[in-house]
Formats: sequence, C-alpha cells, structure tokens
Amino acid sequence: MCLAIPAKIVDVVPGDDQASALVDVVGVRRRVNTGLLLDDPPKPGDWVLVHVGFAMSKISEEQALDQIQTLNMMGEQQAALEEVSGYGVDEGET
Amino acid sequence: MRFVDEFRDPEVITKAADEIRRLADSARHYRFMEVCGGHTHAIYRFGLKDVLPANIELVHGPGCPVCVLPMGRIDDGLAMAKDPNVVFTAFGDMMRVPGTQGSPLEHKARGMDVRIVYSPADALTIAEKNPDRHVMFFAIGFETTAPSTALVLMRAKAKGVRNFSVFCNHVTIIPGIRAILDSPDMRIDAFIGPGHVSTVIGCRPYEWIARTEKKPIVVSGFEPADILQAIVMLLRQLNNGEAKVENQYTRVVPWEGNRAALKAMSEVFELRPFFEWRGMGFISQSALRVRDSYAEWDAERRFAMPGLRVTDPKAAQCGEVLKGVLKPWQCKLFGTQCTPERPVGALMVSSEGSCAAYYNYEHRKHAVPA
Amino acid sequence: MPCPLDDQAPSVTAGAKIRFRDPQIDMAHGAGGKASRRLVEGLFAPLLFGELREPLNDAAQLDIDGTRLAISTDSFVVKPLRFPGGSIGELAVNGTVNDLAVSGAKAEALVVTFVIEAGLATEALEAEVRAMAEAAARAGVRIVGGDTKVVEHGKADRMYVTTAGIGRAIPGVNVSARSVRPGDKILVSGPIGDHGITILLARGELDLEAELCSDTRSVFPMVEAMANAAGAGIRWMRDPTRGGVATALNELARDCDLGVFLHEEKIPIRDGVRGACELLGLDPLHIANEGQFVAVIAPEFADAALAAVRGTAGGCEAALIGEIREQPAATVLGSAAYGGTRVIDMLVGDPLPRIC
Repeated sequence: MCLAIPAKIVDVVPGDDQASALVDVVGVRRRVNTGLLLDDPPKPGDWVLVHVGFAMSKISEEQALDQIQTLNMMGEQQAALEEVSGYGVDEGET
Repeated sequence: MRFVDEFRDPEVITKAADEIRRLADSARHYRFMEVCGGHTHAIYRFGLKDVLPANIELVHGPGCPVCVLPMGRIDDGLAMAKDPNVVFTAFGDMMRVPGTQGSPLEHKARGMDVRIVYSPADALTIAEKNPDRHVMFFAIGFETTAPSTALVLMRAKAKGVRNFSVFCNHVTIIPGIRAILDSPDMRIDAFIGPGHVSTVIGCRPYEWIARTEKKPIVVSGFEPADILQAIVMLLRQLNNGEAKVENQYTRVVPWEGNRAALKAMSEVFELRPFFEWRGMGFISQSALRVRDSYAEWDAERRFAMPGLRVTDPKAAQCGEVLKGVLKPWQCKLFGTQCTPERPVGALMVSSEGSCAAYYNYEHRKHAVPA
Repeated sequence: MPCPLDDQAPSVTAGAKIRFRDPQIDMAHGAGGKASRRLVEGLFAPLLFGELREPLNDAAQLDIDGTRLAISTDSFVVKPLRFPGGSIGELAVNGTVNDLAVSGAKAEALVVTFVIEAGLATEALEAEVRAMAEAAARAGVRIVGGDTKVVEHGKADRMYVTTAGIGRAIPGVNVSARSVRPGDKILVSGPIGDHGITILLARGELDLEAELCSDTRSVFPMVEAMANAAGAGIRWMRDPTRGGVATALNELARDCDLGVFLHEEKIPIRDGVRGACELLGLDPLHIANEGQFVAVIAPEFADAALAAVRGTAGGCEAALIGEIREQPAATVLGSAAYGGTRVIDMLVGDPLPRIC
C-alpha cells in the first residue's frame, strides 16, 4: 500500500477519455493515470507521487525544501542555546 | 533521485538521530507503533533501529494489506481462475502468498494463467487486448490503492469492457488502528501514521486517536529522514504532554486528503458490514466491496467461490505479531517451520510483513554478539 | 546386465545421502537463489560429485597430466530471445566464457547445444547463430562443435541454448572460497542490474521504458588485467548472474564462513536501473548481470587490482565496495553511510515487483 515514487511529468497526454501523463524517474518512463488529480491537473515539469501507475498527489518543492532546512537546523538551536548559557546570561549575571 | 536522495542524506539523518537522542528521556521506555507495512519495511531496509537509542521501541502494526488477508480469500481468488478461460492478475506482492493449495505462482507453474501487473489499469488493458478471455484482477491494498481500482472500474464500465472483473479485498486503515487501541494488551505510546494512505484520506480521520485515546500521531513519509523526523515530532509531543495529529509528510499529504480519490472510491465501493482480518478476527466496517451499480464487474458476483474460512495453524501467532503484542522472533514458528521460503503465515511472505522484514534484513545480524 | 566399466567407475553413489526433500521441481529451483542451492547441494552434489573437497564453483578445475584446465557449462532460457544489448546467442557464449574466467581460466573452446521448438523461423535461428559467432570472435574463443534437437511446438519457449567450455588456467591464479580472509576487499567490475532490468522491461508487461541494455560481454580481459597486476592476491571470483550480487556474495559467505560487509553507497548502479528498481520495489543487488564479476582481493593487492580493471576497456566503473569480516559469519551485511545496517539475503525465487 505504500510504495510510491516521486516522478517528474514529462508530457501530458491530451484528449483521450482518461487523463494521463508521461512521467520520468531518473530516465525510466511510464504512462501514469492522472485522474485522481483532476482538481488541479499537473503540468510538464511538475512532480507527482506515483503509486500503481496513478499519480496520487503533487509534490510541493517548497515543503520539501522547508523540511530539509528544518532537518539541517536540528541540533543547531540547542547548540546555540548551550553556547549562550555558557555566558551566564540567563542566570542574571553580567 | 529528486525528493528521495535528499531524505537519505547521511548528514541529515545523523542530525535527526542526534536530536532523537537528545529528546528521548533516558528514564523512559517509548513504544511507538508504525501502522503501515511500508514503514516496517523501510525501518529494516535502512537499518534505522541502529541509529535509535535503546529506549525507543518500534512496534509493527497491522498495515500490511497482504498480511491481513485470510487464506480463504486467496483460495477464493484462485478458485475463480480454475477456468482456463480466466486470466488471474495481481500485484507481485500476492504471487507467493500461500493458499491451501499453493500460492498463485505455484498455480502458475501448474498451468494456470497467472500474470503480475504493476497497475490495475494494466489488468484492464489485458482484458481489452484479449476479448475472448476473462481477466480477473485480485485487488488488495488500503485506501492508497483503492481509488486506482475504482478509476479502473469506472473506465471498464464507461467503455463497456465486459470481460473484466475485480475481486475486491481492499481494507480500510482506521478500523485496524481502532482494533489495536481496543486490544487489552496494547501498550503503545504514540503512532507513526501511514503517509501514503493519508494522501487519500488526509489527516482528519486520525483526530480521535489524539482527542479520545490521547495518543500522539504523526503522519510520516517513507524515507529515513522522514521517519526519524516523525519520531522527533512524537518525542516533542510526549515531552510536552501533548497529544495531537501532526503531518510530517507535508510535501505530499494534504490535510484534507484527495477529494477526487475519495469521490471515486465512494462511487464504486461501499463498506462491508464486517470483514475478517487474518489473526485479528472480524472487524466491522473495515473493508470495501463493489457496489450494485458495478455488479457486473464484481468478481464475487460473477464467480462461485468456496467462501471457506481457513484458520491458521494454532502454533502460528500471526495475530499477536500483527497487533504488536509479540515480536516476530517470539513466534514459536519463526525461522524454523515458518521462513520466507516456506511461509506458514502471510507475515512471512509479504515483503512488508514484519516477520519477513525481520527475517530478511535483521535476524542474522545478531547471530553472534559484536 | 551390469556395465563392464562398473568396477572402474568411482563408487560415488554408494552411501550418498540425498538431502533434497522437495517433492517436485519448481520454478524457484532454477532461479539461482536459495532453492537452487538446495537442489544442487542436496541432490546433484551427493550423487554426482561424491565427497566435496572444495565448495562448488562456476567451473570445475581439473589437472590432466600436469596441465591445469577448467571446464564449465551453462544453459540459457530467456524470454524474449532478443533484447537491447544482445540475445540468447551472446548470453550463451559470454556466459560460459565468464564462468571460466571467474574460475581463473582463459576459455579456449566451446561446444553448443540447441533445443529448438518446432515452428521457429529459420531467420530467428540464423540470427542467434550469427550472434554467437560474433560473440565468440569478440571473446577470442572457438566454437568447435555442438548438437541440435527439435521438440514439439509448445515445449521449448522457441529456443534453449547450452554451451560447455574448456579453458586453460591462468598461471598464478588460484581461486577458492577457502582462501578468503578477514580484511580482504571486495571488488565489483561495474554497474549492477543492467541485464535483469533490461529483460524485465523487454518483456513489455510492465509498460516501462528506459535507455538500458544488457551488459552481456566477456569479462576475461578485465580478469586477465587483474591477474597480471594482482594475480597472487585474487582469492575468489564469481559472475553474479541469476540471483545477482547478493546471491553470489551469500554463497561466498557461507562457503568461507565469514562475514561480507558492503558499503552500499559505493556500489555502482546506473540511474535507469535504480529508477526501475525504485518504481517496482526491487533491489538491484538481486538482479542478474551478464557482463560483470565480483572478486575478493587480498588488501595489499586491492588498489592494484582496481587500477588494472579500471584501466581495461569497459572496466572504468569498477569499484571497491566492501570487505570481509569475521562476524557475523556466513552473512552479508549492507551499510548506509549514516551507519544503519541491514542483512542482504539470497532470494528464494526470482525477484518480484511489489506495490506495498
């Protein structure tokens, strides 16, 4: 139920009675059905999550970058706090 | 690979692991259940237990749609394909799951026309290309997969493809989680929520877990950094005495879910009053069946099935492992009578079953103390 | 009537214990994984090879009047017959040449058997025979004889090809799992998984397209270069065909009762193979290769061995991917750069795509 892979939309297949697109995963290509994304159809260049040949969701590049940033900053806030506490500032000393 | 490699970056993972070590209260023993079999597989595949502190225990949940399928249903599906005119199609995951007379692959070796498909759409294509054969698609999966099956059924009906049917074994995740929480031996502190199911159902359906059961749940992606970040979020909640639903997998999971997917599901499927989950007994409103409006494409109505309940051998403790009460290696049959080569229960043959994951990725690591 | 040669034949079967308990032969027994190994070790070995003094290799080493020779055979059953990068004919030639090469021998001559399904177009057969002639010429080996049988329609999947080859041992090269030691390095000659994924895609059932082709080729030039630079340090070699690198290394681990430790981020894999594997839920380590080898090299020779392979045409992507350790014994471990480890096991049968 869980194997879903990020894929880039290369081409949207026009017409036809079902919405589909050609996606690329590092050079491997497959036609996927985009019928579950009719509310906000993906365009070439968009990234989607593919599961059993269907696009399930658009991938937000912004959220992904945000997340990496959060992960990278892990521990840094704590390190900064520890550094500051070394000055004794929060103990009310000068 | 974009959106994959960044979340497998060793530096990022090390930072997340360090944060976990910092947040985990050494006086406490945490039990987190990852509901989804895909998470179980990822945890073992990426060796995540090696980077977690010893006081965080990951308990494997029942979110493996192959594992919870009773053996009788596999027999039913195979019975439908006894007619040489019928083509049995299913995902690769089903191929080695044993029925009482053998697995689909074993039936194939004996002459049954059994074909692996990557997509239900491919099963329909086989039907369209072979008008003189009947193609039956053995549908499995939670809400991640059901909408795709639904769209394929809608297309079959719209195009009038009559030589196609679906044997629907889709199950729903919430009743499974409820069964865990209702279980008397349950001692879970928090949940790692299923990321891909949530792309369909969104995050709202988990609110009762936080509100009523007072357990934190973080909907998580499947890369190592995702799972570790979800654990960080769970620890923060527990340290603050909070219990809420959070979304770690924001790049893909919409809080409100996928409206079009839910609509397709309700157009084609309805809830069964109850369904048997292997090792867990009958759970109400926990599975889907094809609606009357699609009866012609419902394999259960087009074919006669034995419909027999097949009980697992008494010694097999699949149910307890599924509920996280037992660890795989604590089952008496683990590694001896029950191995991936000769599975007694589906937990051993499905690649995301906790027994198979543990057997394939872990158990010989500890053969000799380091 | 007893055969008059009976008293001269070694009494191999007297007291041989058959340990193979499966009631019938299934597809898994031919897939190159655990089931195949059980069949070979449990049925063929006791009856055919008697007391095994050496672990089973790709080729058998013989000493005939002081000349060290190697002999090997391989059969080819592939669908489709032709695929990007090659065809069954090429596989048949390169397969046996490679079996001999990784046993430390230069292939000198092959014989070939065809089992042909009645109704096969002559054009198809001719194409394969041409392919074999060309592959043999490229590999520097002579095809010196063969046999043909034709079976009824429906009985041979168009064509099965078997080759047997004989070769001369490369002086100074002695490979055996028994000589492997903790600290030895593991070398792979190039990117893994190309052949198996190409075949999977060529069957057309999964509707995936990729610019991939089979890696079928003779590995002898790379092996020879490695032997010249580091012959004394080559402990063991294998060509990881069906079952992939994982199976080959698991067999090694069991045969030498030591641990194999792989640094997974060092294993060369082409993007297309990776993409197809991620999409289908397959592990490249379980996918067949037809133009690569894995080797275990003594640590003091490892750099020279790697340089030699990389300096050979077609070997530029060779890499050192791990090492032998004491523990956990008989186990292959893979590690990620951040320290997480997993056991890399042999498969039971063929790798299957998954969606979960």
